[in-house]
Amino acid sequence: MSDYVHPYRDTEFVLGELVELERFCAEAGLNDVNGELVSAILAEAGRLGSEVLAPLNAVGDTQGARLGERGVEETPGFAGAYGQFVESGWPSLTAAEAWGGQNLPNVVGTAVNEIWHSANMAFALCPMLTQGAIEALAHHGSAELQAAWLPKLVSGEWTGTMNLTEPDAGSDLAAIKARAVPNGDHYLISGQKIFITWGDHQMTDNVVHLVLARLPDAPAGVKGISLFVVPKFLLDAQGRPGARNDAQCVSLEHKLGIHGSPTCVMSFGEKEGAVGYLVGEPHKGLACMFTMMNHARQSVGLQGLSISERAYQQARQYARERLQGTRKDGSRFPIIEFPDVRRMLLQMKASIEAMRALALVAAAEVDRTAHAPDPAACARHQGRVDLLTPIVKGWLTELAQEVTSLGVQIHGGMGFIEETGAARHYRDARILTIYEGTTGIQALDLVGRKTLLNKGELLGDLLDEIGETVARLESAGPFAAQARALGEALAAGREARRLLLEGAEADAALAGSVSVNFLMLFGYLCGGWLMARSALRAQALLETGGDRAFLEAKLVTARFYCEQLLPRTQALLAAIRAGSGSIMALSDEQF
Amino acid sequence: MKILVTVKRVIDYNVKVRVKADQSDVDLANVKMAMNPFCEIAVEAAVRLKEAGIATEIVAVSVGPSACQEQIRTALALGADRGIQIDTAELPESLVVAKLLAAVVAAEQPDLVILGKQSIDADNNQTGQMLAALLDWPQATFASALALQEGCLEVTREIDGGLQTLSLALPAIVTTDLRLNEPRYASLPNIMKAKKKPLEVRTPAELGVVLKAHTRLLKVEAPAERQGGIKVGSVSELVEKLKSEAKVI
Repeated sequence: MSDYVHPYRDTEFVLGELVELERFCAEAGLNDVNGELVSAILAEAGRLGSEVLAPLNAVGDTQGARLGERGVEETPGFAGAYGQFVESGWPSLTAAEAWGGQNLPNVVGTAVNEIWHSANMAFALCPMLTQGAIEALAHHGSAELQAAWLPKLVSGEWTGTMNLTEPDAGSDLAAIKARAVPNGDHYLISGQKIFITWGDHQMTDNVVHLVLARLPDAPAGVKGISLFVVPKFLLDAQGRPGARNDAQCVSLEHKLGIHGSPTCVMSFGEKEGAVGYLVGEPHKGLACMFTMMNHARQSVGLQGLSISERAYQQARQYARERLQGTRKDGSRFPIIEFPDVRRMLLQMKASIEAMRALALVAAAEVDRTAHAPDPAACARHQGRVDLLTPIVKGWLTELAQEVTSLGVQIHGGMGFIEETGAARHYRDARILTIYEGTTGIQALDLVGRKTLLNKGELLGDLLDEIGETVARLESAGPFAAQARALGEALAAGREARRLLLEGAEADAALAGSVSVNFLMLFGYLCGGWLMARSALRAQALLETGGDRAFLEAKLVTARFYCEQLLPRTQALLAAIRAGSGSIMALSDEQF
Repeated sequence: MKILVTVKRVIDYNVKVRVKADQSDVDLANVKMAMNPFCEIAVEAAVRLKEAGIATEIVAVSVGPSACQEQIRTALALGADRGIQIDTAELPESLVVAKLLAAVVAAEQPDLVILGKQSIDADNNQTGQMLAALLDWPQATFASALALQEGCLEVTREIDGGLQTLSLALPAIVTTDLRLNEPRYASLPNIMKAKKKPLEVRTPAELGVVLKAHTRLLKVEAPAERQGGIKVGSVSELVEKLKSEAKVI
């Protein structure tokens, strides 16, 4: 038995009942895509994930990437697995056919990516960043750059990276110092970049870095940043990797988790200057990078789901097998029979199912934007993508901290022992609230650009839609209690929105003070909304037959979510109501 | 050369098998199903023969309800060219399956039929042998290696005493053992292409086969739970216990 098995039934439920994938595909003219095909894709990805990638997860943790003579040497076994991954065509899933892609919807890619990240998150970061590089080049690259780089990135024969952070420019990209000097048909890049995920390895014969740097005439701040393609190997006349470019990994970070993923310090232009090619227009690099980042942010949110699922499967197995109770007749029973262990398992399960629903519904909004029938619909769906992206990134990854911690807790003392592997998921999960923009950055994005900037319109639309679900729950017999719980959470959401919109101008510190609580409130509310919709669909399916065990469990899980997780919105609202007062009251010295 | 390869839909090997409460059968309701692992090896063997330029066409056949089209599609994604589903409400017993396959063979005229040596659900290990008898074709069961030598098929078989190599005149029947090959994973582009490959549905009536049961399933029970073992102090104690307690020697 594999120690990770993709929970395909829940994925198919969300795709079928909440996303309504078949209807969307039919309307969008994607006639080749249907539930049967998606099931076949998920099944095969699930096999590769369980059988090839999952067993390498522990290897990556204990034998992480090392820096050797040739550069970064990845974990033993990773190159072979990557070869199989590429040979099976998985990197090409969502890319356009023009570049050798399969042109499948983003939501299908997201459902498949959940598998890779559950099976082996450290490994899956490599194709995830390649996907980001593909997005940036496909949207902003010149035809020439696209022709040179996209086909091999799409096939996975080359991998991509994202080079933003510098020692003095983390969340504040305005401080970027890396330089780009025009030199004939290209630029010479110099500078140091840190925290570059999969910045080097030996799995492929080229690595394509996307690097933010400043041109000599660049204005100060974020409006003076440009994006460049800087490959590890320059291409020869036939487009094959030839001369070594002046770009190397000079050291690797020692980290709390994801040891299988090399986190590189990259040095560009130590000698003659690294050859780079401008992507998009000069000084517009940040906009290009945001294309990658929006994708990456939803992907990191998805990682929160994936690692939680892996931790849950392990904790569930342990709880079923660990005998720690004695019945009156002297026989022993497993800890899964203890109410508090059940509470923890259900909390994990309910969190995960809400996360999966939100991750896939948000991913489908990207498809609905791309295939919108008219500009108004396009703008509406893009608005929803913009709104949900920080919630998916922030809330899913914060919840993953709790879920993976519960996974350790269920193991008791054995959870603190590395050999069980429960602690690994907890350590691996810890980066998720940090990279691709911390929770604080996501929350600022949500309260600022996504709420205050449009006077709360995007949020208002979402709240109205949740209101419709409350009404449907009220009119469906068995859901009175859930209707009340979701209704109260919805009221909390409306109140939080009002407090922010009405208070932000008078108190400059308000938005930043309440932002994370605001994000978490909307996370729990969205989760509750989708779990309620799941319950409505499960009830309807039960009435027409269907998989009883699964559907009944879905109803109980949705009820648990309403009873135990949704009330957190009230505590969060109370904290939001308190505003910035105490947060800003101490002087820096009083801390 | 044309190859017919058989694929059976069985309970996924990752699923913990449960017996129905009334002991009438294994509980298959809403359980994950997959291609029988020995059939995967059969498909892989056929695909390798095609890749080597020996086979020109691979036809994948399955017997069962329409759900088994899923496994035919998997075979198509792995490299089979077209599929045939023989539509039956339930899974017939081995002899009926063999008769249905014999009828397909008569229509398709393949040079080689490759089957898994057994399926992991019933573990009967009968269909290949029965098909060979019905067709009166040479058979090589439990194959661990295959090679085509001057019009004859050379098959290495795993037998109790070691390995046996047979030379078969074609057309012939081969059943696959675990070590014949390591099946590949279907690639994403091939999963997409499999949707467009032809899949034909035939009925037993069209094939002139009557679904008749020669055996009856009386009861299914879960295996007895394993008891804890004991440690013995010496070989003589072990021998003594094997004689007096286990009564196996």
